[in-house]
Amino acid sequence: MGRSDQYPSVLQTVPGPGDFRGPRMVPGILPLEVRRVSLDMGSRRLLDDLNFTVKSGSFTIILGPNGAGKSLTLRLCHGLLRPTVGEVLWRGIAAREVPKHQTMVFQRPMMLRRSVTANIEYGLRLQGMGRRQRRERIAEVLKLAGLEALAGRAARSLSIGEQQRVAIARAWALRPQVLFLDEPAANLDPSATRAIEGVLRAVHNSGTKIVMSTHDLPQAKRLADEILFLHRGRLLEQSSADTFFDNPVTTEAQAFVEGELLW
Amino acid sequence: MSDVESALLSAVRLVFTLDRDLAEIIGLSMRVSLSAVAVAALIGVPLGGALALLRFPGRKTVIVLLNAFMGLPPVVVGLAVYLMLSRLGPMGVFGLLYSPAAMIIAQSVLVTPIVAALSRQVFVDFWSEYEDQLRSLGAGRGRAILTLAWDARSSLVPPVLAGFGRATAEVGAVMIVGGNIDHVTRVMTTTIALETSKGNLAMAMGLGIVLVLLSLAVNASVFIASEAAAKSGR
Repeated sequence: MGRSDQYPSVLQTVPGPGDFRGPRMVPGILPLEVRRVSLDMGSRRLLDDLNFTVKSGSFTIILGPNGAGKSLTLRLCHGLLRPTVGEVLWRGIAAREVPKHQTMVFQRPMMLRRSVTANIEYGLRLQGMGRRQRRERIAEVLKLAGLEALAGRAARSLSIGEQQRVAIARAWALRPQVLFLDEPAANLDPSATRAIEGVLRAVHNSGTKIVMSTHDLPQAKRLADEILFLHRGRLLEQSSADTFFDNPVTTEAQAFVEGELLW
Repeated sequence: MSDVESALLSAVRLVFTLDRDLAEIIGLSMRVSLSAVAVAALIGVPLGGALALLRFPGRKTVIVLLNAFMGLPPVVVGLAVYLMLSRLGPMGVFGLLYSPAAMIIAQSVLVTPIVAALSRQVFVDFWSEYEDQLRSLGAGRGRAILTLAWDARSSLVPPVLAGFGRATAEVGAVMIVGGNIDHVTRVMTTTIALETSKGNLAMAMGLGIVLVLLSLAVNASVFIASEAAAKSGR
């Protein structure tokens, strides 16, 4: 899926929130640079000296066993957590609270106690989008996520796999330039996983940059253009998917790729 | 037949024939307590949300005070409101003392801490579930409080009903600021106190029956509401 040449990296045409004069140019927010980032909780160091850059175009997977620090890394990038040391830069600028034009889907989907449509609409309302535009956008993402038949259902009555698709649709409706996903298919059966991966491919093909964590090796092989391999809070490798799976450098990555039980 | 038994009989008769005086007293009680609870909900629910979600200096002090105020003695609240509303008090010019308005004020003061403290806990629980997602979507704290209030609506019913139970059951505050004036500020609890001391047990017991039924109804509603809340939680 590596088609990075397709996507303009500096300027993208994104409709502005509540902008009735038509689309306007929003500067691209990538690259995302994580510089010398460490995260402590109490006396424990959970993330240790992370350094990496995320560029537009590729499907990036943060891979590693449970407890490697994948979720924390995503939360730091998204802006929900602040690093103890180091900085997170978007196009060279330090992030504020949660920067715009990037959204996140969590491992456990959080559904508002309302319908599927209202869940998706909630994020659009927050952006101050007008009603007609909201309706168009909702119809579009419902279709993309294959949720049309469920549009009027109470979101919490859906299965977890369906809820996760609603969460992805809700995030994607905001037309983010970057979408972070934290193990979106963890604990799902193969058919639900396939449905979610299908949605993710569509999101990727639309030009949204995806950064997703997983501990599932086959899933990483199916989706990734680029791999960030985390182990015990440290970034051991960043390379293209082909290089990583064929010639992992570190012994930990070799063990992981060969399917040994790494922790 | 003993005095108590005959009084009980006439009490039941009063209730089921909807005696005019009795109905008037029940009506005023409801008007005062429902108004007080409405005021308490309008202040207490947003206050509970703010205390759960916002961080500001003195927040912990306010939480401790609110929890302490949940058990405020009604007579003390009555006295404080009396001093405020009396001719020499800061709000004396409005001439509200010994009116239903004064009773509504006193009960609002009594009930607001209950609604605020109990709904704060509801907001805390919901926020722990919603925080990451709402922050991620870019909702400010004010917006988040509104969102939680809507999503937690069935869980916020029990706090409000608890406030209503407290309002209908108290005597001290309405007695002091209302004065228990016949046809003006006489409510169920003050009537029971008065009629009992006069020896008119039938009227007192009739009102007692109504109060107990009301309390039962409130608690049944709390139960049903929390069942519904638990159901909508998943």
